[in-house]
Amino acid sequence: MRIASIATALTLVLSSAAVLAVEINVAGSTTIQPLAELFAESFESLHDGVTIIVQGGGSSVGVRSAADGTADVGMASREIKDSEFSENPGIVVHTIARDGIAIITCPGSGVGDLTAEQVSQIFAGEITNWSEVGGGNSPITVVAREEGSGTRAAFEEMVMGEALICLDAILQPSNGAVRTTVSTTPGSIAFISFGYLDASVSPIDINGAAPTPANAANGSYPIVRPLNMITMGVPSGMVAEWIEFILSPEGQAIVTEEGYLPVE
Amino acid sequence: MKKKQGTDALMKYAFMASALVSLLIVVMIGVFTFKEALPAFRDIGPKALLTGTVWRPGQGEFGILAMIAGSGLVTLGAVILGVPLALGCAIFLSEIAPPAVRTFVRPSIELLAGIPSVVYGLFGMVVLVPFVRSLGVPGNTGFGLLSASMVLAVMILPTIASVSEYAIRSVPQSFREASLAVGATRWETLKRVVLPSARSGILSAIVLGLGRALGETIAMIMVIGNSVIIPAALNDNPLTIFLSRARTLTGNVAVEINYATGLHENALFATGVILFLLIMVMNSTARVLIGRKKWERRR
Repeated sequence: MRIASIATALTLVLSSAAVLAVEINVAGSTTIQPLAELFAESFESLHDGVTIIVQGGGSSVGVRSAADGTADVGMASREIKDSEFSENPGIVVHTIARDGIAIITCPGSGVGDLTAEQVSQIFAGEITNWSEVGGGNSPITVVAREEGSGTRAAFEEMVMGEALICLDAILQPSNGAVRTTVSTTPGSIAFISFGYLDASVSPIDINGAAPTPANAANGSYPIVRPLNMITMGVPSGMVAEWIEFILSPEGQAIVTEEGYLPVE
Repeated sequence: MKKKQGTDALMKYAFMASALVSLLIVVMIGVFTFKEALPAFRDIGPKALLTGTVWRPGQGEFGILAMIAGSGLVTLGAVILGVPLALGCAIFLSEIAPPAVRTFVRPSIELLAGIPSVVYGLFGMVVLVPFVRSLGVPGNTGFGLLSASMVLAVMILPTIASVSEYAIRSVPQSFREASLAVGATRWETLKRVVLPSARSGILSAIVLGLGRALGETIAMIMVIGNSVIIPAALNDNPLTIFLSRARTLTGNVAVEINYATGLHENALFATGVILFLLIMVMNSTARVLIGRKKWERRR
């Protein structure tokens, strides 16, 4: 009985392997990773014999591993830098979703609205007291992600410009840890992905727009970054079908469900 | 008879092989870390690396002095808070506690060593950090050296307490009896006879604790704030330096290695090399220290 079932299983595995043994390796941004795992799951259930292996590593690793062939598809939760295009000629970027970055404070800061300029000055350490931006007289504690994080890179590019995040910022190594720190530290401010917003922290309106998917979609909320998949050259075969699936209404439904913004 | 000798020889080589494998692993890790760190020492330069105070990998600045200061201060804090507590425990367990109390207290202290460090970090983050924040002082967020030192003090407690207890108990009973016989009180006996006799054991216990403190990573990341600044006093009171945020050498590697590429990655390996060297220097110093004490006593 047992032998028979093992034999059946083996035959199944072998026959499907013989027909279509395709393995797609995906690596990069830890922001996109959970989304990519969902895309992989639904795609695998539609295509027998396809295995999609999703790994983290960060956005820079995503670009590099797609370029050098370590991965079939790279993931980057920020714009691809000019230097990356010139170092890795031939990479093709597929924007599969967009993600807003919310500015959050510890409840009770007394400030609910800031301009992008003010946010930049706060993170640069030029504005150090809430009273300078209309709040109570209490010092501002800046909380940020570590150097190299895609969320930090996207925030720096879209908000900070040439300015640098001040060195005495509290640094936490994940969106979740940043949120916990802000929710328990009075006077603190930080940036996190829309997907991590919850009631423990107060979101700040930027230039009058609340950090909601609707405002990000209509362009009134300014801090929105692309979530990118990267391939070396134009993809073909199952890789092309997977990316097509992600961009299909079915794939984009997963994007919306997870709290990110679909692409047109 | 012959067969038995064969087993002896076999086991001798098996044990020798185990020792060699351990040695080989240390050498391999050392060589690998040094090799990966080499480009950092070559391109950044040992001086800029060791004395640079600014760490901005995005801007090509790789100074790890702030992390050396952070690791040093947090370890100092842990020693100040943890060593008296641990020695107190050890003395209580070996000299004072009745056997019934000892059988209950000793396993509880040893249990501390079994708590995963991430649990210590979590406890620090939700209990100690808010407590330290409630001390007031502008600029104090609770995240910083004091919270981290408190967490570390508890983490090194079981190591120091159990090794020192062992050292104190190893002091021959006849020493105590002789001291008491000439009219010394229990406290005098402890201070003048027992502790000095156990000094080398206690010293090695402290060094073991120091090694654990320097190497601790995840619990530190969770409570120290990870800011790359040289800790400084927040006001006129120099003690407020312990309310300052900091980053440890271990934290620097753990927080950034996931994303690092190129020179940034090499610089993180260089951070590892510095940590490696620091611990090696410390252990050798301790060895010399312990060795000398023994030698002096024998004379």
